[in-house]
Order: sequence, then structure tokens, then C-alpha cells
Amino acid sequence: MIGERYVNGAVLIGLIALPLWALSADEVFTITLTTRAAILALAAVGLNIALGIGGMVSFGHAVFFGLGGYAMGILAFHAQTFSPLDFGLFALPGTKSMPVIWLVATVVSAFAAWIIGLLSLRTAGVYFIMITLAFGQMFFYFAISWGAYGGEDGLSIYVRNSFVGLDTLMPIQFFGLCFALLCLALLLQWRLRRSPFGLALNAARQSTERVQSVGLNPRQLKLLAFVISGAITGVAGALFADLNRFVSPTMFSWQLSGELIILTIIGGVGRLMGPVIGAAIFITLEHWLGGLTDFWHVWLGTILLAIVLFWRGGVIGLLTGKEGPHV
Amino acid sequence: MNLLTVEDMAASYGASQALFEVKLSLAPGEVLALMGRNGMGKTTTVRAICRLINSTGRLELAGRNLHKLPSHRVARLGLGLVPEGRRCFNNLTVRENLVAAARPGDWTLRKVGALFPWLLERPGQRADSLSGGEQQMLAIGRALMTNPRLLILDEATEGLAPLIRQEIWSAIARLKRESGMAIIVIDKSLHELGGISDHAVILERGKTVWQGRMAELSPEISHKYLGV
Repeated sequence: MIGERYVNGAVLIGLIALPLWALSADEVFTITLTTRAAILALAAVGLNIALGIGGMVSFGHAVFFGLGGYAMGILAFHAQTFSPLDFGLFALPGTKSMPVIWLVATVVSAFAAWIIGLLSLRTAGVYFIMITLAFGQMFFYFAISWGAYGGEDGLSIYVRNSFVGLDTLMPIQFFGLCFALLCLALLLQWRLRRSPFGLALNAARQSTERVQSVGLNPRQLKLLAFVISGAITGVAGALFADLNRFVSPTMFSWQLSGELIILTIIGGVGRLMGPVIGAAIFITLEHWLGGLTDFWHVWLGTILLAIVLFWRGGVIGLLTGKEGPHV
Repeated sequence: MNLLTVEDMAASYGASQALFEVKLSLAPGEVLALMGRNGMGKTTTVRAICRLINSTGRLELAGRNLHKLPSHRVARLGLGLVPEGRRCFNNLTVRENLVAAARPGDWTLRKVGALFPWLLERPGQRADSLSGGEQQMLAIGRALMTNPRLLILDEATEGLAPLIRQEIWSAIARLKRESGMAIIVIDKSLHELGGISDHAVILERGKTVWQGRMAELSPEISHKYLGV
């Protein structure tokens, strides 16, 4: 068995090495695939905070992914059409600045997570899953009917957004940005799960009553974790939209929420690098098996089934021989 | 002034009423033994005091009505509970169990470690890998880390080896002697309770049937209500 910190290190090195190799071999598509994996991993790191530490099975995390995507799409759309964003009482210009877009995506997703969390965390278990799913569907159908921003057809952005000092159209540079944000999110997750807040959140996952009896409010703990989780997933959505230069209602779809859960489970729920490994496996299967057969989801389902039945710690659990994370 | 006042407390689990007329009071620094045979409402009483279940009647901590407060706010007012069954946070380590519960005050990791030295000798051990006695000491340590004014110990020595029981009783005696903390103890050992408690309350079918100074508890009363 391998120590978890070695597995984590190897995963990070692999994630850097692959696009660097692709750059030297002029395999641009591989860089794009790795970027996609890094973005999905970032979204799943967000989910992992809610699911892995807080025990909240959110089937609506695509809401935050979609909000991040649409934050990018709308701001960039107004920048490229030189039309202001009209809020009635005031108007704001669009922007193509990535940091500004990330900030807006974070704030919008965090606010949505706060509202959704306030309502959803009144429930638990299957009801929580259903409420978060319902929110996802609400946003999905709203986006479909939002004609001003493409409705069902989505919204194309013609130029990639900018970051000071970088040429974001260069795939390796855009990957570097995504990788840096992923590392920041991983660092946040690592610090968070060892902080008194993370410990209390983990305790709240185990027993609401015991946490209350030591003076902690489990709902508040979970709400804060849900907001942090949503904000991280929102930033991932903005990056994803920038990668594709396109946003559409599918970013809000329940299938995407399901995929985020699946890749987190495959990598290892609650494990630091679980979402990264899960995203890498997911993208590999999607690309490799998807090229062989249209039914690649069947194989993905088989892997998921095997992990749930036999390796409950996910791939990291399998490699390290430890079923659960130590938080 | 009483630290805790409970009068005419009644509580139910759904349609089944468990408490009818519980009365007890406790002054700062006092130790109260809450006694009664199995199923007479001792644990339900402490759960109602901690607002883990709803109840009616008068319930005040230092003159403050607890009925409108959620349980975590009650705990923050200074009510520490060591629940029945040594319920630690199992997938956290010893140190993490203590840190997760910590609130500002005199009780720190070092002070809890002085009461139970082994806690600081094995800070990285997971709670679910501890023995029953160690888990119990950790549960007490965790409650102390909340810096309570009133500590409630629900069957703290149940199912433990005699040596461990002795260690826990010594720790409770030390708490009484050195901290000035008020304590409510639920236990079946009349002998141990007699040695440590100032007052006693006996519950019978969800009602307070006797209360007074521990020294006044006669063999007739204990035989009648406790069967010993």
C-alpha cells in the first residue's frame, strides 16, 4: 500500500507533467483535455467540501457550476457587444477580465448557495437530495427560457477572456491558470478540514445532537460549508465556460450534478485528491471509451458499482488501503 | 441564587409522556445526584434540561429561561453534557475531539490533560480505537473544553472496569474540589454518589418523589425508590 501523501504528490505531478509533455509533443488536444479535467476537479473539490466533510449529498451542484458559467457568459457577452448590463436603476459594463469574472462568479454562486442552503438544510437525507435536485431543475428551465442570453441554444463567446500578463488563448497558459486555481482550492480544502471549523463540521456529519451539546450549531456549520462549496464550484463553472467559450443550460443539468458526485465517489469522498483522481479517470474514460463506443457510460457505471460495493474509499482508498479519510 | 431551577417539568416522546412533574434545583459549586431505577426519566430529564427535547414547566439557568433557546445556545450558556454511552466523535482523533468542542475559558487542552494525562499522550489516536474507559474520559474532557458552569454526567461509569470507574470518580471529585463547577451526576452506584454529592433527587415514573441533602437519604427511602 502507498501512503496517501505520496499518492497526492504523484497525482499533482502527473497533472502538471501531462500538459507539459503534450506541449513538447504538440498535442494541443491533450492540454485541453487536461484543462477540462482540472476544471471538473475544481468543481468536485467544491462538492467534496459539502459531501466529504459535511456529509451533504447535493444533487444540485450544477446550479453553482451553471451560475459561474453564466456569470462569465453574460459579462463577456456585454463586453463583446459593447452593451451595458441593465439592472433598471443602474447599468454596469461587461468585462473580459478573468479576475473580475471569477469574483462575480464566486459572489453569485455563494449567494445562491446561501439561499439554497438556508432552505435545503431544513431537511436531511433523501429530502435534501430531492430539494437540491429541484433547485437544479429550476435553474435549468429558467436558463432554457432566458431568451436574452441564448435560451436553449446557449451563448457563444468569441474571444477568450483575459488575464494580466498572460496570453489565455495559449492552451498551456490557460491550463496554468486553471491548475493554479485548483491548487488554491485544494489548499483551502486541506486547511479547512483541519481547522476547528472543519473538525466541527465533520463532527456535525456524525451526530447533530452531540455537536449541539457542545454549543455548536450544526445547521450554521453546514450552511457555511455549503456556501464555500458553491463558491468554488461557481469559479469552476466560469473557467469551464471560458474553456469552451460557450455557455448553455446543460451547465445546470442534473446529469452534471450526478457526474460531479460520481467522479468524487470514484476518486474518494472526503479525500483531498479524490476529486482530482475522479476527474482524471472520468475524462480519460469519456475520451478513450467514448471513442470506442457510444455506450461508455455503461463502463463508467460498472466502475462506480465496483467502487461502491468493494472499494468504498474510492481509488485513493484502494491505493492507500484506507477506506475512509482521516479528517 | 440557584444556578439551575427546574419546576413542574413535563416532556413527551410523541404520544408517550415520559416526565410529569420533575423538580430540582442546584446552586453554583454543588453536586447533585439524580437517581432512580431504570426507565424512570433520568436521561429524559437531562435531555430536557439541555433542550435536546422539548418540555414544559420552569427551566432556568442562572435566572434565564431556557425554553426559547435551541440546545446549542443552552450549551453556550454554560451547560456541558457528557451523554450516556460515551458518545465521542468517532472519526476524529483525541485532540480533534477536544479542539472541535473548545470554547474560550479556563479549560484548555493542557488543563484537561492534567485531569486525564493519557489524553495528551495519545492525541493522534482515533476516538473509535479507544477503550470504553478512555472514550468516557474523552467525552468528559470534551464537555469540559466547552467551559461549562454546570456539567451533567449521564451514567459516566456504566459498563466500565472497577479501576477505570475509580479513576473517573476521582476526576469528578477533583472537579468538585478544584473547579467550583456545579455537577449533576446520574449513576447507579449509591456508594459513590454518596461520597461526592451534596444533594440528591429521586425520580419515579417521571416525577420527583424525593429531594434533599444526600446525608438525609435514609435506607428506607433508597430501598423504596432505588431498590437498594
